[in-house]
Amino acid sequence: MEICELTAHELAGRLQAREVSAEEATQACLDRIAETDAELGAYLTVTADLALEQARAVDSRRRAGEALPAVAGVPVAIKDVLCTRGVRTTCASRILENFVPPYDAAAVERCNEAGLPMIGKTNMDEFAMGSSTENSAFKVTRNPRAIDRVPGGSSGGSAAAVAGNEAFWALGSDTGGSIRQPASLCGLVGIKPTYGRVSRYGLIAYASSLDQVGPLTKDVRDAALLLGVIAGHDGRDSTSADLPVPDYVAELEKGVQGLKAGVPAQLLGQGIDPAVRDCVLAAVDRLVALGLEVEETQMPHIDYSLPVYYILAPAEAASNLARYDGVRYGHRTAKPVSDIYDMFAKTRSEGFGPEVRLRIMLGTYALSAGYYDAYYLKALRVRTLIKRNFDEAWQKYDVLLSPTSPTVAFKVGEKADDPLQMKLADICTIPINLAGIPAASVPCGEVDGLPVGLQIMGRPFQEDVILRVAYACEQTMSG
Amino acid sequence: MPEIKREEVLHVANNLARLELSDDEVERLQYELGRIMEYFLELQKIDTRDVDITSHVLPMTNVLRDDQPGECLSQEDALSNAPDKIEGFFRVPRILEE
Repeated sequence: MEICELTAHELAGRLQAREVSAEEATQACLDRIAETDAELGAYLTVTADLALEQARAVDSRRRAGEALPAVAGVPVAIKDVLCTRGVRTTCASRILENFVPPYDAAAVERCNEAGLPMIGKTNMDEFAMGSSTENSAFKVTRNPRAIDRVPGGSSGGSAAAVAGNEAFWALGSDTGGSIRQPASLCGLVGIKPTYGRVSRYGLIAYASSLDQVGPLTKDVRDAALLLGVIAGHDGRDSTSADLPVPDYVAELEKGVQGLKAGVPAQLLGQGIDPAVRDCVLAAVDRLVALGLEVEETQMPHIDYSLPVYYILAPAEAASNLARYDGVRYGHRTAKPVSDIYDMFAKTRSEGFGPEVRLRIMLGTYALSAGYYDAYYLKALRVRTLIKRNFDEAWQKYDVLLSPTSPTVAFKVGEKADDPLQMKLADICTIPINLAGIPAASVPCGEVDGLPVGLQIMGRPFQEDVILRVAYACEQTMSG
Repeated sequence: MPEIKREEVLHVANNLARLELSDDEVERLQYELGRIMEYFLELQKIDTRDVDITSHVLPMTNVLRDDQPGECLSQEDALSNAPDKIEGFFRVPRILEE
């Protein structure tokens, strides 16, 4: 097996045993990128020199006998939505094409402190708006499992990098499914942590009440490790939760005996490919055989998640993206302008792609006089009802189970021209962001040779329980 | 299906969202926004009397800190990405009439 094909924890073991150096592991990723990324398109920026420098620093500290974090030296890829000091951060948008942040995002800082060399910045849908990574202003990313298909999105570059062995693991962000859906489509593990579990400081905002940073990894143990690296309180994000971070790895092997799971009927019905549904239900049966108690449950308000999300997310986006005005950073129009408002309008229209412009228009319209009560406030009230469905479920269940994506990976171009069809890709993942709870996607089988993901949802701040169930599911897959 | 009026799209784009749209895009948005807004009408069917809003999922109120000066970006760093700057300021096209 080549070095770049190892999981992160396998590599960490070899690094600790000094069978391989961080520099060699980093070089192995860079070699793989040189070989395959022209076709895959996972990266927007490859930071080869920086990664090798960081790797050598870890190697020399290890040689000096310093106590290092367990994962030190395992290279990581970072979605281009997270600010990296001195390294161009574009959000896959023309408006930030030349933006070089003067500071690191909190999650990036944590990776640095853990000694993870940064391999590069990964492609995404512009401003994280999309489910296929076809909305990037720069390039299309392809699925390593089937090169004619999308990797999902918006963290499609991170997913493709890990699934294609161009990185050992990666960070993504998830506003309506943007970590879990690409994980599902690329056969990876992905976690959207509880809102507040991971600091959003330095995460370029899409919809601030929904956004979270999380890991995309080759297996469940890696997800537990990387979540442990990035989770925890940060005073610079006022929504960051001041709660202790459990040892996620220590919980993994506790099994599912004694746990109770609900399967919401609303996430198995209309819109779910029957083959995907059968594959997920077969995985649920395997968990039952391991001792998980499972029953079907009703969560009626989940059915309204899509309209709620497509009011709230664009409304928050319209506010957040007002900052791109060509004054302090980012693109400014080169055309002659009549006044400052003309400069704003030309700058923004040149800088934002069509999907971003559509969502800004949608959000601005929903927040405008005469519509605010009917759309925005109404959506916030229905959000309460959706959240209540989950609160009630936690009275009875430790976890909830569903498909992550209603279909396997679709072909590049297949849904690109049909925005409503594309939005259905997130039908199972959006309710989780609205409720603020954690959820993971774990590979649970294949349909037509393409990966299917099981979504495991849990109580707020109980990522450890989710990971236990995910680990059990993974055990039923191997061999 | 209710199309959004052309004037309404232009008002939102020009006066609120600060976007300059081509004629084609205005037409497309009349259709797209109309289609999506119609889809939103589904929510009106739900009874939400006596239901509070959830703008935020965490059970927390204001987070306060001591008003102490800390480290912040240097002026050079803060200006490092500015499209145009002069003598430590961001520079923009003229705002006030002479």
